[in-house]
Amino acid sequence: MPFIANTDAQRAEMLSVIGAGSIDELFADIPADCRIGGLNIPSGMSETELYDKIHRMSHRNAHNLVCFLGCGFYDHFIPAAVDDLTRRSEFYTAYTPYQPEASQGTLQTIFEYQTAICRLTGMDAANASLYDGGTALYEAAMMAMRITGRKKIILDTGVSPIYRKMLFCYTRNLSIDFQEIEIVHGQTDRKKMLDSLDETCAAVILQNPNFFGVVDDFTDVVARAHEKGCMAVVSVYPVSLGMLKSPGAMGADIVTAEGQSLGLPLSFGGPYLGIMATSSEHVRKMPGRIVGATTDMRGRTGYVLTLQAREQHIRREKAMSNICSNEALCAARAVMYMSLLGREGLRELAVLCAKKAEYAKTRLGRIKGVEVKKSAPTFNEFTLALPRDAGDVVNDMIEKGFAAGFPLGRYYRGMDNYLLVAVTEKRTREEIGMFAEALESVLWAN
Amino acid sequence: MGELIFQKGAKGRRGISLPRLSDAEERLALRIPEKYKTAEPPALPEVSELDVVRHYTNLSLKNFSVDRNFYPLGSCTMKYNPKVCEKVAALEGFVSLHPLLPQLRGGGILTQGALQVLYETEKLLCEIVGMDAFSLQPMAGAHGELTGIMLIAAFHRGRGSRRTKVIIPDSAHGTNPSSAAIAGYQVVSVPTDGNGNMDIAKFAAVLDEETAAVMLTCPNTLGLFETDIREIARLAHGKGALLYYDGANLNALLGRGRPGDLGFDVVHVNLHKTFATPHGGGGPGSGPTGVKSALVPYLPTSLVEKRPDGTFTLKYECDKTIGYIAPFYGNFSVILKAYAYILMLGREGVKRAGENAVLNANYIRARLRDYFDEPFNRRCMHECVFSAARQAEKGVHAIDIAKALIDRGFHPPTVYFPLIVKEALMIEPTETESREDMDRFIAAMIEIAELAEKNPGAFRNLPVTTPVTRLDETKAARDMKLKYDA
Repeated sequence: MPFIANTDAQRAEMLSVIGAGSIDELFADIPADCRIGGLNIPSGMSETELYDKIHRMSHRNAHNLVCFLGCGFYDHFIPAAVDDLTRRSEFYTAYTPYQPEASQGTLQTIFEYQTAICRLTGMDAANASLYDGGTALYEAAMMAMRITGRKKIILDTGVSPIYRKMLFCYTRNLSIDFQEIEIVHGQTDRKKMLDSLDETCAAVILQNPNFFGVVDDFTDVVARAHEKGCMAVVSVYPVSLGMLKSPGAMGADIVTAEGQSLGLPLSFGGPYLGIMATSSEHVRKMPGRIVGATTDMRGRTGYVLTLQAREQHIRREKAMSNICSNEALCAARAVMYMSLLGREGLRELAVLCAKKAEYAKTRLGRIKGVEVKKSAPTFNEFTLALPRDAGDVVNDMIEKGFAAGFPLGRYYRGMDNYLLVAVTEKRTREEIGMFAEALESVLWAN
Repeated sequence: MGELIFQKGAKGRRGISLPRLSDAEERLALRIPEKYKTAEPPALPEVSELDVVRHYTNLSLKNFSVDRNFYPLGSCTMKYNPKVCEKVAALEGFVSLHPLLPQLRGGGILTQGALQVLYETEKLLCEIVGMDAFSLQPMAGAHGELTGIMLIAAFHRGRGSRRTKVIIPDSAHGTNPSSAAIAGYQVVSVPTDGNGNMDIAKFAAVLDEETAAVMLTCPNTLGLFETDIREIARLAHGKGALLYYDGANLNALLGRGRPGDLGFDVVHVNLHKTFATPHGGGGPGSGPTGVKSALVPYLPTSLVEKRPDGTFTLKYECDKTIGYIAPFYGNFSVILKAYAYILMLGREGVKRAGENAVLNANYIRARLRDYFDEPFNRRCMHECVFSAARQAEKGVHAIDIAKALIDRGFHPPTVYFPLIVKEALMIEPTETESREDMDRFIAAMIEIAELAEKNPGAFRNLPVTTPVTRLDETKAARDMKLKYDA
């Protein structure tokens, strides 16, 4: 029997030590009418049969399309060392580091992750991770409401529509007043945004670059929020911070991010990495595990889970959040990735992505009937106006071997002909050229 | 303790090289105005690939882990994580798959293999726990709980009833009351009776038409089966309340009993416990939520469906859905590992796993009963809970026993939980441990118990074999040194 060590003889001996006549006796507490004889699932498979089956299934996925699809989830390069290090079973078969002396590997790694996130975002403190960028944004909204005691949230529609849907879902029972400020020409509507902030607002939620890849400096919005006692929450794309002004520099109170771009594979949606950072002032209201440095009995530095009085296993119904398991191994990946990339590497990566996107804009903009929306500066993702339905064009492009981007009509009314295109450092000039040729032929072949 | 990665390396050192821009790309000026930019990039480490590899390889050796140590951490089900599950989860056809592909065309024609994994995992879980449908989206156990409570809220709302409270026994994991509170409910706690069950009389006294749900763990966190479960279900349903099953301890029931048959309406399952996916030093996990048919219309968006022609599709239009609890389909690669594990075990293996989990826990209980106090004198299920009260009288507390075990090469049991047991030691060996390995652990526990009698002072400075000795947690909370400052 796979993964069971005890032999039948050992089982019999153990039963006699226990003083039970049979295995059945150990299950005597289950009500008689609920005991089952067995499960109606297939018989077990050998390892080789299993591998063959799943290997075959993996070929039924179109993972080889040249990827210009983003929307917050990007096809970045992952160094081999990241995979290799996180495959060390000393990391991946450990539990949450409740016993610090036996978990210094995990604890120090998370401490380093927290440090890297603080430096990346320009904030004072980061937690050890949340599930993903969307749940991180939800936790940030809850945190802002806890701190301010207010129940109104101002939400820029440049924030990922997926995350906005998640926010609404989680807060359905909590009678929260959401006010969405519609973007104009892909950008935050400055006047409406500034006018909407008042003394009843718990938080304003912004995203940079926004869903359309448009970059901004929210310093003015954050300042107005602070005048009104409202907290500023900014969701960011970590890779862009190699180049763009950090949310900390804009004065943000809580920063969240999807950490997938920091060395995590796309993996059909998960596991990803929810990043959260805040200012020193609000650390005690932040959800999630936090690692702190301390000393041992001999005065040596070591690391422990700290500020646990915020957490569910201590505070139960009064906890800041119900989170228990987080994404620790993904956080480890992120800090390994950031270390390999390094200070200059992150800047270079950001510039690479931005320049390649700029090149793609130029190249695609030359196609008849295709217009690059130029009203605002973008990072590595941009909007194309097409002469016909973007969803149909994407379908045709799949035949040519491209995941051409995301048809915006799915989430934004009146944008059926618009396509959101992302470019990472993995896209070569040749691929961009072939993409342009394929698009041209799809649009004008007949 | 060694240096941090930020203290290593040298200015200008690089770990990896990136592709070079072509001239045509390089020539282009970026049109991002200076005011949107940062003058200095973030101060990340400046290290070589070898620096990084050596640093984290050495750090990994400072961990206890299932692959190196017996790890009987109660309630966490630290069973062996089969290597083939890691191997299939690393297949390029899954790893590189963009989650938005199914939204591009034909509801998923580009991702049939991945959708099949989700669909079949759902069906396997339905059969194993006796539910009608599952959402695999919850990304951890607590996330599954919150999803379950949100589904329950939607169910009651759909029947025009606004209920205000959730009943939870005092033996429950902290996540239960926390999840209920975060979903907007008032939490009512019910004490445990003299047999280690939820006190049914006290339960009946607080149960009323305001009760939205009763959340139970079964077997409970004392490792004991709730023997009144049928009566609890009858009473709860009589008042229109739903019964929620916290699947943390599902390992005990595998192939022997199903929460759905016991009367539960909503469950979550911890794939990272029961179905052998690794814990990753705290995550990622996966906490699918299963429901009986009455709650199916409320399940999160999206749902995986099988078409008559055998292909799989994602359904987004569900008018009663609670909405989006995850950006996509949950922690896919974790789900894939659990799928592989269940397929490999099959019907015989799943049952065998549960049987051996319970056998192993009872074996440890039987062998250690004379040395440690037992809060309840009952046969246990998949874990046994002792109290170190006897040792504490000599000045040797549960935490001291934990540290003594670390020095002997064993990861300690869960200590001080459940909260209702003084000096609790919660031991969950799981089915993958052999009798010999358990005998070594038992011998260490007996030796520790005897040492506590004879020489309680010997525990004061433990552990001594670890990279650091006992750490000052009070200082950590006071100093709040949460990042490295150069």
